[in-house]
Formats: sequence, structure tokens, C-alpha cells
Amino acid sequence: MSAPSVVVLDYGSGNVHSAVKALELAGANVSLTRNAGEAQEADGLLLPGVGSFAAVMAALVESRGNQIVDRRLAGGRPVLGICVGMQVLFERGVERGVDTEGMGEWPGTVDRLRSPILPHMGWNTVTAPEGTALFNGIEDERFYFVHSYGAQDWSLTGTAPIAEPLVTWADHGGRFVAAVENGPLTATQFHPEKSGEAGIRLLANWLRTLR
Amino acid sequence: MSTTPTSLAVRVIPCLDVAMGRVVKGVNFLNLRDAGDPVALARRYYEQGADELTFLDVTATVDDRETMYDVVRATAEQVFIPLTVGGGVRSTADVARLLASGADKVGVNSAAIARPELIAEIADRFGAQVMVLSLDVKRGGTTDSGFVVTTHGGRTETDIDALEWAARAIDLGAGELLVNSIDADGTREGFDTELISLMRSVSSVPVVASGGAGEARHFPQAIAAGADAVLAASVFHNGEMTIGDVKRELRDAGNTVRE
Repeated sequence: MSAPSVVVLDYGSGNVHSAVKALELAGANVSLTRNAGEAQEADGLLLPGVGSFAAVMAALVESRGNQIVDRRLAGGRPVLGICVGMQVLFERGVERGVDTEGMGEWPGTVDRLRSPILPHMGWNTVTAPEGTALFNGIEDERFYFVHSYGAQDWSLTGTAPIAEPLVTWADHGGRFVAAVENGPLTATQFHPEKSGEAGIRLLANWLRTLR
Repeated sequence: MSTTPTSLAVRVIPCLDVAMGRVVKGVNFLNLRDAGDPVALARRYYEQGADELTFLDVTATVDDRETMYDVVRATAEQVFIPLTVGGGVRSTADVARLLASGADKVGVNSAAIARPELIAEIADRFGAQVMVLSLDVKRGGTTDSGFVVTTHGGRTETDIDALEWAARAIDLGAGELLVNSIDADGTREGFDTELISLMRSVSSVPVVASGGAGEARHFPQAIAAGADAVLAASVFHNGEMTIGDVKRELRDAGNTVRE
């Protein structure tokens, strides 16, 4: 079987070099582009995101990246959101008093974590649910987080025949969503491309779900 | 400030001084084909379990800076941990270029002293997590805290109180403090734990302790004083201790580390 193809969506979101190289190391055939055709055709789409919720959302809308994500999901095609690329999948984000509409794939609001020390910066553990494919074999590893905001509630449930979303939690002054596996839509609040060997293994786990 | 209920590991960060694409000062590694190659050295530390890497660009001229971008790019493609780059960062354009090359965080020092608004500009455009305020701090001066901010590697004293500067930078949007003690730097007698604990008391962002590490036992002292991360250069470069040695010492002292 040939390597799965992954497009890293290039909409002007900071550092994407490591994401491209980490995916290659994990076994993907990777291209960095904002071309809608290529982004639709790839086996997987990686949605990076660094900066503020509002800035990331504005850049996505401007480059029509949100439409690419919507169309892929409508066709059941896999998407992986990372960091703010995960946050914008929720209904809204509130940062420094600015309330911004997100892509609304999931209900809920992303807001400031309740720790006295922010950003939550560094290597933390996660609590992955039974049946996780993403964390298979790496449930006890640490992953690299850097963020001050997060989704602190999860309300979406599964109704048969739609499977229950698998939610992974982490803690920094209170629990927040560290990762979600929900049909074709997967996301991590941490940076797998900055999480050393554990991160590469997580990406390889995601690649295995692509086809 | 109360301790945070978190399972976050304390971070161990080697720092490389780079000029014209070469590591300068104190690298003496056996079994490394090119000890002056920052990318090779970064890879070595990554394999040893470093939690992050810091490059300090000590290049003198604008032309030489081009080389730094190449070094950052090559490192980011091989080393899958966060990379901070500091030295000579003066504008949001410099930051954009470093991030596009593969840096995750950018250390800002004298340019922020000259024009504090730069901190807000960087934080607003790229997020606070990118904006690391780097401080070279010395005891003395006429400041309230007894600690003063210096420039030019400690040779020039300002009249700025180090604690007031840190608090102001955090208000402006700094997402992390890299606190380097000029007094302790190079002594190998341990971190300035008094400075670290004062910084912790005014800081709502992570504090990285730098300057003075000479033995593995010095690292847990910095954490006990309130640091979230420890940074060192020469003790790692000259092969005296590995990242693993430092983590073992930290773990033995009751700290959480990434294995």
C-alpha cells in the first residue's frame, strides 16, 4: 500500500515546517498548500493553527479554508485540527473579551483556563478514553501544550447509529479537552509535531485511520 | 502565589549560542562529527530528551542573520520539540521571519527595553505564547527590589527595576520570562534562587531560570525557588552532564519530569 497523502492547509498560520516533516516521518506523503482541489483529494487534511482564535478564524475564512474543512467533513473525509486549529472547530471562542464565532463543528465555547500560571506551557499527561485509536500504545506519554484557552466542557453525545465522540482530557488548573476523535474529525489541543517520538507515533496512529 | 495543581513536567532546556551558522563557546563533545554544527548538536540534545531548545543568535551583522534562518529551518525539520530563538529581534517582521523559518517562540531583550510596545505588537499579532521576554538581571543599582535590568550581556546597567520590568512586560503580553542572572552566569555555583523566587512572586507566566548551573544538584534548587523550566549551556556542551543526568536529579528531588 502506498503512503497516505496528507495536505497541510497553508493559510498563513505560523510555523508549519515541523508539522510537514513530522507527518513525513510518520509515513505520509505530505504537501503544504491552500489549493482547494488538492485539499479535497488528499486522504487526510491537517488544519494547523497558532495565534489568537479571532486571527486564525479570520485567516481561515479569508482563504476559504473553512469551506474546505466543511466539504471534507460532509463527505466523511478525515481532518485533523491542531491547537487553535482544534479550538476553531467549536462554536465560539472568547479571548480577552473578544467573542468570535468558530466553525461550529462541535458545541461549546473556548475560553480562558483557570490556572494562576498561563500559558499552559510544557509537557503534560492526558487521560484517553477506552477505544481510542489516536492514543493507541501511547496513552501514558506526555505531549507538548502551549495555550491559555481551551474547551472546558464537552456536551456532544452520540446517538445510534452515530458513535459517541471519544474525548481525551488534560488538567491545568481544571480539566480541558486535550483531544477529540469524532468520526472523520480528529483534533488535539497539544502539538503532536512538537511532542517528540510520542507525537510522531500519534500522527502515525491518525494516518492508520485514513483508509 | 499558590502552586498550580498540574501534572506539568518541569522543562530542561539546553541553549546554543550561534554565530554565522556555527555554535560558539564551549562545545567539546566527543563522538560528534561536527561539534560546531548547531543542527547536529540540537539533534543530539533532542535524542537525549531535551524538552525544548533555545538558540541565541550572537551574530553581529545583518548579512550573517540570513544564516540563522537556515539553521532554524534545518533544525525544525529534524527536531520535534519547541524551538525558541533569541538575539537581535527588533520588529514584528523579524518575528514573522523566524516563525516562518520554524521557530515556535522568540526571545526579545534589548529591543523591548528600548521600545516596550514591541511586546504588545508581537503578542497581538502572533499570540503571547510566542513572546518570551529575555532579561539579563544583576544585583545592585538603586532599584527597589535590588535587582536591575542590564543590556549588552550585563555590561551596561539600566535604571530599570527587574521585577517592575517583568510585571510590565507580562501586562503588555509577554507569555514567558527567561531570567538570566548576570551575577551567577559563568560562576558554576548555582542559579540565583533569590532572583528566581522574586520573579515567581510577580509572574503569572512561566519562568525559565538561567545562569550559574555547574552541577546537576543546582537544577532542583532553581525549581524549588519557583522556576517552571531550567536553561543551561556550557554544562551540557562540555559533556559534563547529559539532559538525562539533570532529569534524574530533578526526579530524585521530587519533581515531575518527562521520561
